Order: sequence, then structure tokens, then C-alpha cells
Amino acid sequence: MTSTHWKDYTLTGEHSASDGTQPVWYTPDLDRKTLKTLMKRSDSPALANYGLWIGLILALGALTVTTWGSAWGVVWLLVYSAVHQSATARQHELGHGTPFRTRWINEMFFHFSSFITLSEGHYYRWRHARHHTHTIIVGKDPEIQSPRPPEIVSLLINLFNLKTVVLTTRDFLRRAAGDLGQGKHFIPEGEQPKVIRAARIYLGLIVLIVVACVVTGSLLPLLLTIGPRVIGAPLYAVLHFTQHAGLDEDVRDHRLNSRTIYMNPMLRFLYANMNYHVEHHIFPMVPYYRLPELHALIKDQCPEPKHGLLDAYRDIAPTLLKQLKDPSYHLRPALPEAAIAAE
Amino acid sequence: MTTQTKTWIDVCAAEDVEIEDLIEVSHEGRTYAIYRSPDDTFHATDGHCTHEKVSLADGLVMDYVIECPMHNARFDYRTGEVKSAPACVNLKTFEVKREGDRILLAVD
Repeated sequence: MTSTHWKDYTLTGEHSASDGTQPVWYTPDLDRKTLKTLMKRSDSPALANYGLWIGLILALGALTVTTWGSAWGVVWLLVYSAVHQSATARQHELGHGTPFRTRWINEMFFHFSSFITLSEGHYYRWRHARHHTHTIIVGKDPEIQSPRPPEIVSLLINLFNLKTVVLTTRDFLRRAAGDLGQGKHFIPEGEQPKVIRAARIYLGLIVLIVVACVVTGSLLPLLLTIGPRVIGAPLYAVLHFTQHAGLDEDVRDHRLNSRTIYMNPMLRFLYANMNYHVEHHIFPMVPYYRLPELHALIKDQCPEPKHGLLDAYRDIAPTLLKQLKDPSYHLRPALPEAAIAAE
Repeated sequence: MTTQTKTWIDVCAAEDVEIEDLIEVSHEGRTYAIYRSPDDTFHATDGHCTHEKVSLADGLVMDYVIECPMHNARFDYRTGEVKSAPACVNLKTFEVKREGDRILLAVD
């Protein structure tokens, strides 16, 4: 057990044992026909969205290169990095396989997004599958961002993914050497060679980027490829942390352990609509571009969404501070009376 | 040598299953998924994903593929073959036939 936490969050600890039954999660009333319509995929909305994203990356990258050496070069690099790291949210959606109907387009963008976020795709998919089966269930979910009591300093350091990059580098080296760490608990044996091979490919690509820096005598190859994982990180750290922070753990109801927030169109574009996080967890097969419709259909069965990031953090920040003294403390969103009566 | 006898059971009406969709049916404690393909043929598989035993009833049928609603595992429902992870084990398939408006399923 890790020393400072009130429960054992590791995947091999006292809470990790499975009773062999499939967990049953709350699902709202939504008829099959409507759900089927929402799950239907089409390439066109995602192609338009991804086309705009790639266009922005290319345009902002060109501005960064042409102004590099001046103060504007730094400004454009910051903007470029923020847009570039939209890949973190996109990799997530692509990992579910939902944005594109055409599988190979989905997989092409998935592995591209995975590399530029240094989050190897095969490993990520297995880990994230576990997160969806056991969302914020202690000892079973490998993606709990804030075990209690929260480690505030560590969370602040990771605003720039500094901790993540160090751990990722360590894990790549281990995986490339054949050691999957926690991954061996959620990746089937037959799939493990793919993860090891991918780690070696990633390391090879990183070496190529470093060589390109040496050859060109410039840091730009690094800054434009994987550098944004650090430079562009804060926006996504702030966005991602709202997904489950401060909410309950060990409950089989996504309305109580996930958070939906209304956001402006620019943030929703960069964040791939993951602000509709309750909806995403309840029906992960619904593509990001149909989540607003899904939200409208089930919102009367879900807690009132937060109105913007500030509204969300007005709940989260005091909760984390209270959890420092009382790790059992958590937010409990009010469920609509009609939804409670129906249960 | 033992031979397994096949029993045909009436599971649903053809109209109960939309084109390019599935329904779940149960028989003697076991669940089955009944599919209707885009070319109006019927097929049947085990009702749960081989990855984590999630019911396929809320899954998405695209052409001849069923996608698990929880983790996106994909199977060819005509053969049960895994098309993509996280599932690694094929789905068990069952014979199915249409008699008039009724769909019959062969169970072991």
C-alpha cells in the first residue's frame, strides 16, 4: 500500500480482487432506437473537425518557425502548443474508435495523436478500457487522477505534465526492455508484445527528433513535435482534472463520480466535447459530436451541470483542501427528484 | 462418440429485429444476440462480449460487425471472429433460420 493514501489505490492491493461478476452501472432511460441513432458514425463531421485542427497546427507551426528568434516566436509557440495538445482529448475519443466510421482513418489519427502526446496507443487503450469498466473504483481503475488525500504539490507540478513526462519516459524504457509494470494486470499476454514493440518504436522516433535537433542546430524539431506535451499541457490539465475530481469513489453511478460542465465552443473544440463527461461514461459509444444531443435527452435524469470551469473549480478546490484533513470527504451532486423516484 | 442434438427454439419475430441491428434473447438462463444484417440475413451469437462479459444488446451493428458498447471490441457476427481488441477470444455463434415471420435459433 502507498504510504500516504487512505485506501490502497494500486492494482495489486487489497481492493484489487475481483469477485468475478460484471459490475452493473446506472443507466438512464433512453430507448434503443434513439441510442442507436446517436451511436451511428459518419466520417464527415470528424473530417471537418480534424481538418480544421490539422490546418491550425500547420498554420500556427509555420508562424512559429517564421517568427522564431523574436518574442513573437514564443507567443506563437504557446498558441501552437495549446492547439497541438488538443491531441490528448482527441486520442481519447479515437481510442474509443467513435469519431470516424472508416476504421483506418480513425486508427491513423489515433496513432498520430498518441505519439504527439507521448501516450502510446496500445497501452493507453487497455488502460482506458479498465477505467471505463471500473470508473473511480479503488484498486481497479488505473486512471484515478487524485487519490485521497490529494497531493496538491504533485498536482501543481503536473500542470505542465512534468511528473507525467518523467514517469512516461521511465515507463517507455521499461516497456522497451519488456517490463510492462502495472500493464501486465490489464493487458492480455497475447497483446503484450505489441505494447513492447510500440515502446521501442516510440523511443526510436524520439531519438530521431533529437538527431534532427543536433543536425539543424535548433530546438524547433523538438518544440514542434513532442515539446507541446509540456508547453501546451496546462490548459488540458485544468480541463481533464474536472472530469472526476472531488467526486465520490467506489460508486457504480457515473452521475456521482463524473462531472459535466457547460463550456464555450472554442474549449469544446479543443477538448472534443469531453466536458459532457457524465454522458460519455454512461454511453461511451456515442461519438463526441453527438454528446450535446445525448446530454439534452438525459439531462433531466442527471445532476445540474456546472456552468464553466470557474464554477467547477469553486466546488473542486475547497473539496480537495477538506480532503487533506478528511479523506472521506467528497462532493455528492444532487440527483433530480424524478430520477431518484424512478429508481 | 457422442453426438449433440440440436434443438430449434422460436426466439422472436423477424420484425422484432431492425435491419443492421440486434436484439438480445434469453433461453434457459443463457443470453443470445440475434442480428439482422444489411442484406436481411439473420445470425446469432452469444449475448455477451468475450472481453468483460458486457451485454452486446446496446452495441452498435455496422455492416457485419458488432461493436461492444463498453470497450469497442469488434466481432464479425457471422463467424464470431474478433476484428479488434480489447477482445481476444472469438464469439460463439449459433445456427439460426427464418420460418415465415419467425426466427428460430439452434441451441445445444
